Amino acid sequence: MEHAPAWLTNSLIYLGAAVFAVPLSKALGLGSIIGYLAAGIAIGPWGLGLVTEVEDILHFAEFGVVLMLFLVGLELQPQRLWQMRRPIFGWGSAQVLACAALLFAVGWGAGVPWRIALVAALGLALSSTAVALQVMGERNLMNTSSGKSGFSILLFQDVAAIPILALMPLLGLALESNQATPPAETFQSAMKIVAIVLAIVFGGRLVLRPLLRWIAKSDTPEIFTAAALLLVVATAALMQWAGLSMALGAFLAGVLLADSEYRRELETDIEPFKGLLLGLFFIAVGMSIDFGVILQSPGLMALIVLGFLLLKGLMIYGLAWLMDMPTQERPVFVLLLAQGGEFAFVVFQAAAGASVFSSEVASLLVGAVAISMLLGPLVLVLIDKLLMPHYARHNKPTLAEIDEPQDAPVIIAGFGRYGQIIGRMLSAQGMAATVLDHDAEMVEAARTFGYQVFYGDATRLDLLRTAGAGSAKVLVVAVDDVTQSLALVDLAREHFPHLQIVARARDVTHWNELRDRGVAHIERELFESSLRSARNVLELMGQAPHEARQHAMRFRRHNLELFEQMYPHHKDRAKLIAVVKQGRSQLEAQMAQERADRAAVSAAHGQRSPGWDADT
Amino acid sequence: MSAETLTPPSANTCVLAAHPNWRESRVNRQMFSTAGALTGVDAVDLYARYPDYAIDIPAEQARVTRAQLLVLLHPVQWYSMPALLKLWLDEVLTYGWAYGPGGTALAGKDLWLVCTTGGPESSYHPQSYNRYFFDAFLPPYEQTAALCGMRFLPPLVLHGAHSADEAEVNAHVATFRNRLQTWPLWPEMDELDSCPACAVPTSDRPASQDAHNIEEGPR
Repeated sequence: MEHAPAWLTNSLIYLGAAVFAVPLSKALGLGSIIGYLAAGIAIGPWGLGLVTEVEDILHFAEFGVVLMLFLVGLELQPQRLWQMRRPIFGWGSAQVLACAALLFAVGWGAGVPWRIALVAALGLALSSTAVALQVMGERNLMNTSSGKSGFSILLFQDVAAIPILALMPLLGLALESNQATPPAETFQSAMKIVAIVLAIVFGGRLVLRPLLRWIAKSDTPEIFTAAALLLVVATAALMQWAGLSMALGAFLAGVLLADSEYRRELETDIEPFKGLLLGLFFIAVGMSIDFGVILQSPGLMALIVLGFLLLKGLMIYGLAWLMDMPTQERPVFVLLLAQGGEFAFVVFQAAAGASVFSSEVASLLVGAVAISMLLGPLVLVLIDKLLMPHYARHNKPTLAEIDEPQDAPVIIAGFGRYGQIIGRMLSAQGMAATVLDHDAEMVEAARTFGYQVFYGDATRLDLLRTAGAGSAKVLVVAVDDVTQSLALVDLAREHFPHLQIVARARDVTHWNELRDRGVAHIERELFESSLRSARNVLELMGQAPHEARQHAMRFRRHNLELFEQMYPHHKDRAKLIAVVKQGRSQLEAQMAQERADRAAVSAAHGQRSPGWDADT
Repeated sequence: MSAETLTPPSANTCVLAAHPNWRESRVNRQMFSTAGALTGVDAVDLYARYPDYAIDIPAEQARVTRAQLLVLLHPVQWYSMPALLKLWLDEVLTYGWAYGPGGTALAGKDLWLVCTTGGPESSYHPQSYNRYFFDAFLPPYEQTAALCGMRFLPPLVLHGAHSADEAEVNAHVATFRNRLQTWPLWPEMDELDSCPACAVPTSDRPASQDAHNIEEGPR
């Protein structure tokens, strides 16, 4: 033990601290991030002093943020990103510029030298992508209007960090002499950036997919995992070399693979790495809090932290107001964007390196950011405990979560295209249904049309209970997200076993997973409408509508039977394929036999056609 | 099978054709296209219109309201009409609209059955496999007409449609066309009885129809 290698001792320390602190923090209701930060403080130079090389760990762990952005990118198809261009550049630039301007004005006005005020303002205007996305993910906010706006702004910050970092040497040089970078060099690096972004975009589209297919064919799972990691590392390295943000590059690569067939596999392969590295990142942030500086000037530190949180918070609240965001969502949105972020560390270190300011100032600012990242999740807990019930009780906002107990016999979770049809049909029958949707925009749109829709996440036990799950007869699971759908079914099965579940299945895998959970009434969302379209085609090809219907009905029955036959083998791919193939050839043989029989009958009777019941 | 036939504004004849499998039809198909080509005839292919058996009741009632002559055109299946035509009668001829109190929407109109049978005329005989004269299967049609206050015209039947030769079929189709064009000036019209009055006592009103069907028909 005495001479254990450093990596072994370090792993022991980090893993031990995390495994101890995170469940403890969760049990106290403080969330995982505070647990990680606390673990970092405990093992860092100002705690037990088990780890001293904080900087290195921070750099290494930043890769967790890169992996996270890659995963976020995987969820976002290029078209959707394109649709978001306005919030990204509009609200994003508004947030960064407005916050930086206000912070600079106040700092300069308070007598801080303008260079320091400027760098501090720019660095503090950025927010923590890591904390914000983690929190929004945990709270299932990504589809709400605050989640979407928050994500857009964070994405813009990733872009904005580049020019901010590029500014540091200029400010530093300005301190000594007024020399600027020669324009030729600026042009060259700009060209490099354009070339690399193009390489990633076209490489991702043209080369990556065949490559992944080829690697997947080797049938060695760990090599596919390695390839996934390599992909992210390589993109990050390319971006780093071009002087861009690694996270941004990984995000771009993710977006380009968002509609590939390997999306799910990439996701499951990268997920654990991202989780651990992000945890390590939070630990490193905790370790990097310099309590020496805090103890030296606690008043100044408190002033900086509270001051910048307050100023930023005000600005961002104004933005939320301009965006017309539901009042209920504003506190969390403001808090998540108000706290400082990991980019600030980089900016301040770069500024100190370029001698824009001294390392004391840098560590003071870094400390302020780290403390704000610790305060953020803590305040979040307070918001949940104090502010939210207040909202629910007093100034009923337009989108309060469902809070009065409902007693309709039917609960519809998800009021998109699927749930709407069901809800409208029930209401036409005068049947009461409690409708839940967690997409604020959807809820508002539905309400404009006069539907009684409650805002809330059906996968939360308390909301489901308020919605009347205890007394309802039927739960319609019409949400479009597969994970959510399964989580909801699990929840209902566990806590409300009497509920009959009617579920929408996105695809075969989802169908099988629902069947695994004992759901009896599952409809594939596209099956029936595809059959209708097939009938239209047959009609246009000359079949009578009734004949086309009969063929479709027979195909339908056969297909449903096939699904039942496939189900027991759905975990055994080879067997499954065999069943599918066998089923298809059975159907084809059967149909061909019938056609032959008909032809034989017509031939035997010559002119005489077999009459009205020939088809049966 | 064919595109939706536009109803001529002056249409006073409505042909309800029901054939579940036109592909196998020799006679009815020709009859249907002949009827559709005449002016003043609203010919509807029920199995094409409602392949899912979801009949649009108000639309069908409006269709019948416009016509003076209602023609049922179909092959005889199991001594009766194809299922969809029966469903049409079940759902469209509602209590309080077609019959019962206030049910006078069809009163004074004519109902004409035009059908084909697979078996030859000789098979509809006590000594043959169909065991009854064909007339024995007609009372449900006749009484349906009577209950709605309609006059039941003499049916036009082609027996042994499978084995009929080209000339026979053509002659039959020609008769059908001629009859449609000359209605109501048929020579036998004077000999027909006017419709017997059939008032349904309120105590016999169908309990289940009362609830939902009555409001679907215009009063």
